[in-house]
Amino acid sequence: MEDLWLQLVSILSATLRMATPLVFAAMAGMFSERSGTIDIGLEGKMLAAAFAAACVAVVTGSAWVALLGAIIVGILMALLHGLACITYRGNQVVSGVAINIMAAGLTVVLGNAWFGRGGQTPDLAPAARFMPLKIPGADNAFGIPVVGPVYSNVIGGHNLLVYMAFITVPIAWWVLYHTRFGLRLRAVGEDPKVVDTAGISVAWLRYRAVIIAGTLCGFAGAYLAIAQNAGFSPQMTAGRGFIALAAMVFGKWRPWPAMFACLLFGLLDAIAIRLQGTKFPGIGEVPVEFIQALPYILTVVLLAGFVGRAMAPHTLGQPYVKER
Amino acid sequence: MSGTPQVALPRWVDIGLLPIINLVQALLVAGLVVLIIGVNPLEAMRIMAWGVVQDSVSISYTLYYATDFVFTGLAVAVAFHAGLFNIGGEGQAYIAGLGATLAMLAFDAYLPGFLLIPIGLIAATIFGAGWALVPAYLQAYRGSHIVITTIMFNFIAASLMVYIGSDILRPPGEMVPSSREFAPAAYLPHVHDIAAWLGIEMPSTPLNLSILWAAVCCVFVWVFIWRTRWGYAIRAVGLSPKAAIYAGISPKRVIMIAMCLSGALASGVALNQIIGYHHHMLLDFVAGAGFTGIAVALMGRNHPIGIVLAAILFGALYQGGAELSFEIPTINRDMVVAMQGLIILFSGALAYMNRPWIARLYLMFDRRAVLAEAT
Repeated sequence: MEDLWLQLVSILSATLRMATPLVFAAMAGMFSERSGTIDIGLEGKMLAAAFAAACVAVVTGSAWVALLGAIIVGILMALLHGLACITYRGNQVVSGVAINIMAAGLTVVLGNAWFGRGGQTPDLAPAARFMPLKIPGADNAFGIPVVGPVYSNVIGGHNLLVYMAFITVPIAWWVLYHTRFGLRLRAVGEDPKVVDTAGISVAWLRYRAVIIAGTLCGFAGAYLAIAQNAGFSPQMTAGRGFIALAAMVFGKWRPWPAMFACLLFGLLDAIAIRLQGTKFPGIGEVPVEFIQALPYILTVVLLAGFVGRAMAPHTLGQPYVKER
Repeated sequence: MSGTPQVALPRWVDIGLLPIINLVQALLVAGLVVLIIGVNPLEAMRIMAWGVVQDSVSISYTLYYATDFVFTGLAVAVAFHAGLFNIGGEGQAYIAGLGATLAMLAFDAYLPGFLLIPIGLIAATIFGAGWALVPAYLQAYRGSHIVITTIMFNFIAASLMVYIGSDILRPPGEMVPSSREFAPAAYLPHVHDIAAWLGIEMPSTPLNLSILWAAVCCVFVWVFIWRTRWGYAIRAVGLSPKAAIYAGISPKRVIMIAMCLSGALASGVALNQIIGYHHHMLLDFVAGAGFTGIAVALMGRNHPIGIVLAAILFGALYQGGAELSFEIPTINRDMVVAMQGLIILFSGALAYMNRPWIARLYLMFDRRAVLAEAT
């Protein structure tokens, strides 16, 4: 019994760690898409940010400077997306695809040229990373039955970025629903003409939204490269940008539901490896690949309208042209 | 994709000059990257170009890579004509490989090659088209955005193939997820085999007869899109779904037809890779060709002739890139991937960045021409 509990605790703890980059990226996607700009490029922005974080960490040895570097690169990629989608009114999906492919190629090329390890960056020292934090009394608390392990391993024992990810959600919620900026942001995604008529710049609002998205992708990438892992490895985002996109759709473009979708997908990720070879009564062995594909399958089912209805922002994907 | 006021430019500017300008822009940025990592870009260009044209082996490899890109480029283009963005070419080609493999595993002991290969191709096409039809149905009848669903289907296909490759088709004793090797009757002949049969000596390369199927597909797509009633319906829906409805065209059916054809075209990759070269199922054999197809279709302006040219360009980039990373190890092979991204950026996402200044430039010259005639 005790053993089973500890296992559950470790699964929950892993769920939070797996969900962290998804939460950052899903919030990023939400800001961008709520303003009417499709963000297929979450994956690429995250990957470029992860690479930037690792490179800066190698050079400066400081985790904080590395985080800043990741954010800057995230924003630069986002500005490129903004330039293509908002200023030049290009196809937003094409722009996202371009960002993903460029990031996939350039990170490996530059990494290989600078560090000569086939795109991998050198292993980072603990000082150059965000290491797990000890919360007060964690060691003593672990001995307390039932709640002890929860306190020290689920609530505590994570690195700073994990906490930041989950703090981002109430902040995003507050910004979107309780500030003037948030109201305008949602309005510009639903009907830009109204916002324009009110004398507010549609382009500047949308640019601010994609910059927020770039910043959050910076956090997500930094988490992958200098918190969860000790360096960058090629294609290390491994589709997480798309899972985050799926979580955002699954959460119907709203912060709290999107976060719960991230937790659900994080849980699936955490249990997939543990369930390998386990036989369920009545079902038999569930292939790991099925559990890994489940986030995508669930999202398709949701999109198909079989479970509720996914309502996208009304003018998502349409560039705004002022009438002359 | 509309909404910007546009000057009508002559066709040669739109389909000739603009793609070349886009290519030059992508090359300039790539050259800058090469410069940053401390290599002379002109030297890199020279190695790449020589790596493509040096002998018949390098040219054959270029064409072998280009074959894949013709299939995926056509797949993206057909969907584009219907106003759909099929990002799922990767997954559709992957699942088509499963279809080809299953057909070969089932029949290769009994049937001769001239029956096996068409059966394998048909099975691949049905599987690939089928994998495209689910997102098509969801878009047409349930309103789910096809971009998201095709992305999801790429990942679902990848998981499915890992499962099938490692748990079902993997022969006993084999470590790598794959299927058993097909019987030689199921091999699509290589071009060098045909050449030898005709008495011409050619070095052995992976280039196979899929290139003929690619040519057939090009002609078929041209006839279908511009010379048939269905093609007309597809283009009508792509230009204006509302107007198409007034003309009595059902956008739902058009979505189904266009995506079905798109998936079927992407399946050609399975013919080239599985039946033509590897002769067994393996993981990740599509290797990003589905995404390259997006760049190819954008550069080729969704026209078969443009797509063939763009596919050969990308084939050359792959072949030259391989040669380049061999000669200069500081430049990784993934430079080609970065190039692809840049080309998609300049010729797709930033398409409206170049048009205005080119239009202005053109009008300037045109006016001079008009003035010259007047005096």
